[in-house]
Amino acid sequence: MNTDLKTICKDIRCDIMTCIGHLGVGHIGGCLSIVELLAVLYFEEMNIDPAEPKKAGRDRFVCSKGHAGPAVYAALANRGYFPKSELLTLNQGGTHLPSHCDMNLTTGIDMTAGSLGQGFSCAAGIALGSKLEGDGATIYALVGDGESQEGQIWEAAMFAAAKGLSNLIGFTDYNKLQIDDTVAKVNDIAPLGDKWAAFGWNVIDVEDGNDVEQVSAAVKQAKSYRSTGRPTMVILNTVKGKGVKWIEELGAGNHNTNVNEEQAAAAIREIRGEE
Amino acid sequence: MEMRAAYAECLAKFMEEDRHVVVLDADLAKASGTRKLYDRFPGQMFDCGVAEQDMASIAAGLASYGFKPWIESFTPFATRRICDQITISISYARQNVKIVGTDPGISAELNGGTHMSMEDIGVVRSIPGMVIFEPVDETQLRAAMPVLNAYVGPVYMRLFRKVTPDVFGPDYKFDLFKADTLREGRDLTVFVSGMFTRDVLDAAGELAAEGLDVEVINVHTIKPIDRETVIASARKTGAVLTVENHNVVGGLHSAVCEALALERIPVSAFGVQDRFGEVGKIPYLRRAMGLTKEDLLAAARRAAAAK
Repeated sequence: MNTDLKTICKDIRCDIMTCIGHLGVGHIGGCLSIVELLAVLYFEEMNIDPAEPKKAGRDRFVCSKGHAGPAVYAALANRGYFPKSELLTLNQGGTHLPSHCDMNLTTGIDMTAGSLGQGFSCAAGIALGSKLEGDGATIYALVGDGESQEGQIWEAAMFAAAKGLSNLIGFTDYNKLQIDDTVAKVNDIAPLGDKWAAFGWNVIDVEDGNDVEQVSAAVKQAKSYRSTGRPTMVILNTVKGKGVKWIEELGAGNHNTNVNEEQAAAAIREIRGEE
Repeated sequence: MEMRAAYAECLAKFMEEDRHVVVLDADLAKASGTRKLYDRFPGQMFDCGVAEQDMASIAAGLASYGFKPWIESFTPFATRRICDQITISISYARQNVKIVGTDPGISAELNGGTHMSMEDIGVVRSIPGMVIFEPVDETQLRAAMPVLNAYVGPVYMRLFRKVTPDVFGPDYKFDLFKADTLREGRDLTVFVSGMFTRDVLDAAGELAAEGLDVEVINVHTIKPIDRETVIASARKTGAVLTVENHNVVGGLHSAVCEALALERIPVSAFGVQDRFGEVGKIPYLRRAMGLTKEDLLAAARRAAAAK
């Protein structure tokens, strides 16, 4: 399975490069950093059915860092929610694939997000809904590290712990970079694990959030924590722009950057290991 | 009965009949009159604490799961404080959330300027997809509640929470999207929302004795405004006065002006003249802000003379 997941990660990464390269610009860094998580969730852990995308009681994924939409779309297309050819419509007028996740436009997207902090509270509401329904679903929610500067993240953290939402598993894409500079320089969120623990969450720290085996093990561990009665935060130490050297080297400059089709093609060869 | 007590009775009935109806608070359940429902409906009432933004987005999440959430707080915290959450989590995401703001405008009284929302209608009115409703009395509130609960989509209700004078009788038929003509007249139309409605009717009686025949229309739903009724009445009388417990910028006056923009009919405004609130009881606040019954009579005379 893990070999398969590694292949899937490459496919998702290549599709991200293809669609953003086709458009010419995009939130490339924070898309490439979360690929391993998306592969584990959509191909290994989530109880979902692309043939029945709105099935009651399904597991749900909220990408609260909504600007990573292109990465989620690449995962959804690879999982069979819609044809891969649609990825080339990213951000074109009239598309079903807007820069930020929109539940009313895209098959397979469970919640609209993009105004940072809000998706995480929505996920807490969804987790409460699932608990009230008693359907046994697991609700997964991804926040950015820059996004974690939003006060609303911590309002939701308090609420989820206070209401015992153990069906909620959060992830932080801790790539240490945000638009203006490093997170540490802009407004540091460290010590991040201590903060979540202090808010009453189980915390799992994944040393390499771009190692699909580590991510897979962490998600399994997080699910096993359901019996604790507390929500769980999985901190994924990732690399923004992971998998394409020149994008990684842009650092904070890779949040939203130009990528032409030639660069995308070269990046795909790099991801495939052909260069 | 206090408006909040009638409101809470309606919510209790909805929760009894439908387990998907849920109510969320931000530590103001007592003020909203719903605190006692927590014991009766432990699986349907949730206090988020003093975290209105979280409450709004949690409600959106619950709505996406098939629940029918009502969220409540004081007017400023149910609107301007959570403007972005209403915009994105609720309306842009098209989630079926009912938002209730209590103590609108000068009815916030002793809580003063920080809690005295003069801008809430303006804030919410500029968000696509929102319905804005302001009841004037218990009869209208009780008629409206089941309609709001059944309506699929976001609604903001601006709720005066204490006892209000009666305006509507037992035969009242409510239509969420239709304004109510309370009195017919030829010389001036007064479009009124909220707490001044009884005063406007009384003023119309006094003005009739002076020979001024005033039409009074209660615009209970400010968005979408009933353009048909507004335009037809304005054309009939040829002069308009708007009356509201809100800033004259952004609220009912603005909505009526937008509806009448092409009509070449003078539209005068009675309301809060683009200023903040302050502490005080309602009689003081009405004097301080030029909102007394005498001010109303004078405004009506001026409005009629403007044509």
